[in-house]
Amino acid sequence: MERHITLPLTEELARTLHAGDTVYLTGTVYTSRDAGHKRMCEALARGETLPFDPKDATIYYVGPSPAKPGQVIGSAGPTTSGRMDAYAPTMMSVGARGMIGKGARLPEVVEAMKKYSGVYFGAIGGAGALLSKRIKEAELIAYEDLGAEALRRLYVEEMPLVVVIDCEGNDLYETGRAAYLKQREEK
Amino acid sequence: MTVREIQAGTITDVVERLCIEANERLPEDVKGAIRACRACEDWPVAQDVLDKIVENYEIAEAQEVPVCQDTGMACVFLEIGQDAHIAGGDLREAVDEGVRRGYDKGYLRKSIVKDPLRRGNTGDNTPAMLYTEIVPGEQIKVTVAPKGFGSENMSAIRMFKPSAGLQGIKDFILETVETAGPNPCPPMVVGVGIGGTFDKAALLAKKALLRPLDARNPDPFYADLEREMLEKINRLGIGPQGFGGRTTALGLNVETMPTHIAGMPCAINISCHVTRHKTEVI
Repeated sequence: MERHITLPLTEELARTLHAGDTVYLTGTVYTSRDAGHKRMCEALARGETLPFDPKDATIYYVGPSPAKPGQVIGSAGPTTSGRMDAYAPTMMSVGARGMIGKGARLPEVVEAMKKYSGVYFGAIGGAGALLSKRIKEAELIAYEDLGAEALRRLYVEEMPLVVVIDCEGNDLYETGRAAYLKQREEK
Repeated sequence: MTVREIQAGTITDVVERLCIEANERLPEDVKGAIRACRACEDWPVAQDVLDKIVENYEIAEAQEVPVCQDTGMACVFLEIGQDAHIAGGDLREAVDEGVRRGYDKGYLRKSIVKDPLRRGNTGDNTPAMLYTEIVPGEQIKVTVAPKGFGSENMSAIRMFKPSAGLQGIKDFILETVETAGPNPCPPMVVGVGIGGTFDKAALLAKKALLRPLDARNPDPFYADLEREMLEKINRLGIGPQGFGGRTTALGLNVETMPTHIAGMPCAINISCHVTRHKTEVI
């Protein structure tokens, strides 16, 4: 099913998304990857607040290349999500709901997604030039010293994604492959 | 006998240029493999992903931006003619300076940390992963292959007993691709190195990624292995991005060398649809 959705990702909206849906996403997302997640989770452990309001927020796992003069952002495709598995349940526990990345997630992340109605979107890994064209605004908001890993607020328009894991725990990496193989057998 | 003098600064200039060009333009053979796979892909989701992958490299080329934001670790291969003399500077520094300038001027991402455990970005994408080989002649062949780590992380090496035989290698290839699954941004490119020592096998696997995807191993035995394993990988159903489909790998190259009577090392270097490399001869 093809969906055009606007953020924030409320629980109500999250519940209408299903693994395999093609989604064109519009709204504000926050970028963070390994080092940024580590810092955010350490801040939460100390009882501090995050550099952005996590409620219903969507985090894009990306470390963009630098913007050339006149560009909003450089190449900006997803990084491998599995490296954020250690932090994702904590982020969901404070309200973050959407994750954009690529690659498999651990069962504990899927469990947290079921508990907190999280949604895991896949962007096309390696399609950084294409995805950068859907990013209309980019602003550095924290952890500037981390360079490509700094926290940024992005405004994206019609960003092409696929729901990989929905809040019921359905996983396109399993179902998509199984459906393809079944169809091939039946040929 | 004459010795040809090559200035270190020339090597710097070439490395700088190749870092930028390799990151903005995919090699023709990789583009050709993506288009060929799109033509025989029959799964709609997979077709859509492959169309976007084509659109992506076209945008990168037209607008001179990196194909992928992970502009990689700069793997630099130098084949240095034994009759060439490098003058006017230190070779290692000349290569690193080329990387430093290329990643700065090309607006490429700096992805290197100075210590594997204590981390800390070096800020200029150095050092290069530098490999030098002394060859006949008086030229220097420079190849820059920026390597992303989403796929690098899914690579594997194993020291087989010789009794494991061809079947052991085949199983290992499929197992490695299966374990990689959706993580290395499939469709992947698979580099297989067999033989040598522990370290040489890994280097062979990396060099296998530099060979054009449409050029089979000159040894018919290994050419057959390449064809067979590519076909088997493309029957796994992982598909582009792991969403299901035929196109799990664009190509598979095998490189081999002699090894010890007691061993059969095998390394598998996984790469992605953004398999980049560019060569220039000085």
